[in-house]
Amino acid sequence: MVTSFAHAQAHPATAARAPKHILGTAIVRAALCDDTLGTLAIEGGGVISGASAAAGAGAVDAARGEMSGAEIILQALLDLGVDTIFGYPGGAVLPIYDALFNHPQIRHVLVRHEQAATHAAEGYARSTGKPGVVLVTSGPGATNAVTGITDALMDSIPMIVLSGQVATHLIGTDAFQECDTIGITRHCTKHNFLVLDPSRLGPVVHEAFHIATHGRPGPVLIDIPKDVQVATGEYIVPETIAHQSYRPQVTPDADALVTAAQMIASARQPIFYTGGGVINAGSAASAALRHLVELTGAPVTSTLMGLGAFPASDDKWLGMLGMHGTYEANYAMNRADLIIAVGARFDDRVTGRLDAFAPDAKKIHIDIDRSSINKSVPVDLAIVGDATAALTGIIAAWEAEGLHAQPLDEWWRRIEGWRSVQCLDFVQDDAADAEIMPQTAIRSLYAATRGRNPIITTEVGQHQMWAAQHFGFDDPNRWLTSGGLGTMGYGFPAAVGAQFAHPDDLVICIAGEASVQMNIQEMATAAQYRLPVKLFILNNEWMGMVRQWQELTYESRYSNSYSSSLPDFVKLADAYGWTGIRIDALGELDAAVQRMIETPGPVIVDCRVVKAANCFPMIPSGASHVDMILGSSDVSGTMDDEAKALV
Amino acid sequence: MKIKTSSAERHVLAVTVDNEAGILSKITGLFSARGYNIESLTVADISADHALSRITIVTLGPPSVIDQIIAQLDRLVPVHSVVDLTDNMHHVEREIALIKVAGTGDKRIEALRLADVFRAKVVDTTLSSFVFEITGASEKVDRFIALMRECGLIDVARTGVVAMARGN
Ligand SMILES: Cc1ncc(C[n+]2csc(CCOP(=O)(O)OP(=O)(O)O)c2C)c(N)n1
Ligand SMILES: [Mg+2]
Repeated sequence: MVTSFAHAQAHPATAARAPKHILGTAIVRAALCDDTLGTLAIEGGGVISGASAAAGAGAVDAARGEMSGAEIILQALLDLGVDTIFGYPGGAVLPIYDALFNHPQIRHVLVRHEQAATHAAEGYARSTGKPGVVLVTSGPGATNAVTGITDALMDSIPMIVLSGQVATHLIGTDAFQECDTIGITRHCTKHNFLVLDPSRLGPVVHEAFHIATHGRPGPVLIDIPKDVQVATGEYIVPETIAHQSYRPQVTPDADALVTAAQMIASARQPIFYTGGGVINAGSAASAALRHLVELTGAPVTSTLMGLGAFPASDDKWLGMLGMHGTYEANYAMNRADLIIAVGARFDDRVTGRLDAFAPDAKKIHIDIDRSSINKSVPVDLAIVGDATAALTGIIAAWEAEGLHAQPLDEWWRRIEGWRSVQCLDFVQDDAADAEIMPQTAIRSLYAATRGRNPIITTEVGQHQMWAAQHFGFDDPNRWLTSGGLGTMGYGFPAAVGAQFAHPDDLVICIAGEASVQMNIQEMATAAQYRLPVKLFILNNEWMGMVRQWQELTYESRYSNSYSSSLPDFVKLADAYGWTGIRIDALGELDAAVQRMIETPGPVIVDCRVVKAANCFPMIPSGASHVDMILGSSDVSGTMDDEAKALV
Repeated sequence: MKIKTSSAERHVLAVTVDNEAGILSKITGLFSARGYNIESLTVADISADHALSRITIVTLGPPSVIDQIIAQLDRLVPVHSVVDLTDNMHHVEREIALIKVAGTGDKRIEALRLADVFRAKVVDTTLSSFVFEITGASEKVDRFIALMRECGLIDVARTGVVAMARGN
């Protein structure tokens, strides 16, 4: 009577959810690759043009007849506007690679490690707002992709991963390069599919894009056995997306928007706390945020992921909040009477000790994901929906109700007091032969590049926090960093992905000497495609962030945090055909940065910085916002077990 | 340092899902990954075309955690709906158990007498054993099993709870 229905219908691919054949719904965008980046220009027979193939969908569909599974996948990708795939070949995806040979409209970027393919796809996605696409083989190809898939899940990045699988009859036999990709990725994807029938590939690819980009974005994996890539079937484009159950709420409740506007109008100490959701919601969300801030006169802070949604050059900007946030942002959060959270999820890096978090504030939480609301912090008003819709809705309510903000002079006076602490200040010896403080290096980079609106990616560690603190972002989608998972090895491949999407823009990865070695092999990718990425390494010869915690918590017992046996990065540049620049002293800094910018092609900069510098302000794990450490003199060197147990 | 735990309420959730491969693993994996409890879980296909299944989950947690469980389940792509039957709602809960007792003489007679009191049915019998089938709320099943321990209980199989809201 009660059965485990995992067996009731073994194959999702054959589920009786047959979508209708497409009749004129395919939309084809120009998807030609950008030749300035030196893509493989393959001439070959039998080139199927995406544009002509899908022009009059229904008719052409019939004319096209049966295609191989591999051809169906590529046709679906073309129809969905995909121009770039990051991947690495192997036995279980050879049919797709063979089909790619005949599809020069899709640029395949050959990375040097599948993890890098996923981060490159994230960089592409985060800088364009379009989903990033990854292609990997079965077994080790798929397992290598898991870190980047998890990273995309944590940071809500739309991504499609196509993985090869062993042939259907070999599944479950421990075949060569078989792994349970669906099982392994079940909890690190937003959704995943195993496709066992080539005629299901069309609907599944379209559905995967829909799921990856709707509601809270995230990674979707499609596992395709090799025989399904070879077998023929029909290319079916679903008229409507089949997963009836997946209906994320995007339109916010109208009454709640009016209530939110009224709450903002009656607040005396309001603050906007914004996150990566505002970036995901597109530039319209950033524009609406700016407008609402102007109407209400309230200060703005943001999470690491949200930088750029509100301009850093605006005087309402308080800087980032949280563990390495500014004094003014954290104090304003703590003393606020109203927090308007937009696309931010009250992460533990932001709240610090929960029972001391913003004790007197009412909280409005706008989020596309209902499960983010009341997860760690109970809120007074929940608005589930898209950030653009919510923000424009509040603006409309504000205007319709003729609302006015309370006088906020007193609030701003207090904020100015906190600002005057100048929490990001540091001491830099100004002699030409002085050692460079890491913050100085970031500021020099910012000063030299701000006019060019660069895209900045980072690795993970102190350098990431210094970049967030000292580099100013005035626009969304120009700051790419691994926030949720904190993945060392993210930044460099993400820069590669972003550079493919923006061939003419200045793309700089701010790295640590330890992190960068986690995907350093991508120097070959950049060399192959002649990508002009700039890799700026803040070399402190330490896993600085680890060392900082050891100083704070373990009485400076530096267990395994020294970056020993570093390569000579300039020689490494030479080995890969890059340009290498080394900076040792303050007097060389600005000119070297200039040289980096002006040098065509990829450049690595080994910027030697003060080794012992630590990143402040800092709220130790589990402390409240007002227990901020401003400098190393406040550091005690040990902690109780409760604090040690927190990450 | 000691690990802390907090007090919990019992909730019965009815979850309607697409009947597709791996869904059960997705649901149970969510519970284990996020540290939620599963007291019991039953599942069966409920639609004529075998497209939908209903999962009944009995879980324990403080109210804020129960809210999270519902929200987390609800955002899974193959989940159609999540209903908390214990939340302001009258509902019926039933469970079936098969219970085998072995023995002769007085114990055997006592087992049969108690089965009668609990309206348990005899579904298999030998000269030295019975298999009883009992249906009811979990507490009733618990009590019957406790009594049977005294009467030579040797095996128990329980379905876990299925539940439905009362009225329409
Ligand atoms: C893949 C991975 N492994 C380990 C860590 C833990 N971790 C966080 S920061 C850090 C040190 C980073 O050193 P470096 O790249 O030199 O940056 P710095 O802190 O010195 O600026 C480590 C090991 C991590 N975040 N990611
Ligand atoms: Mg370092």
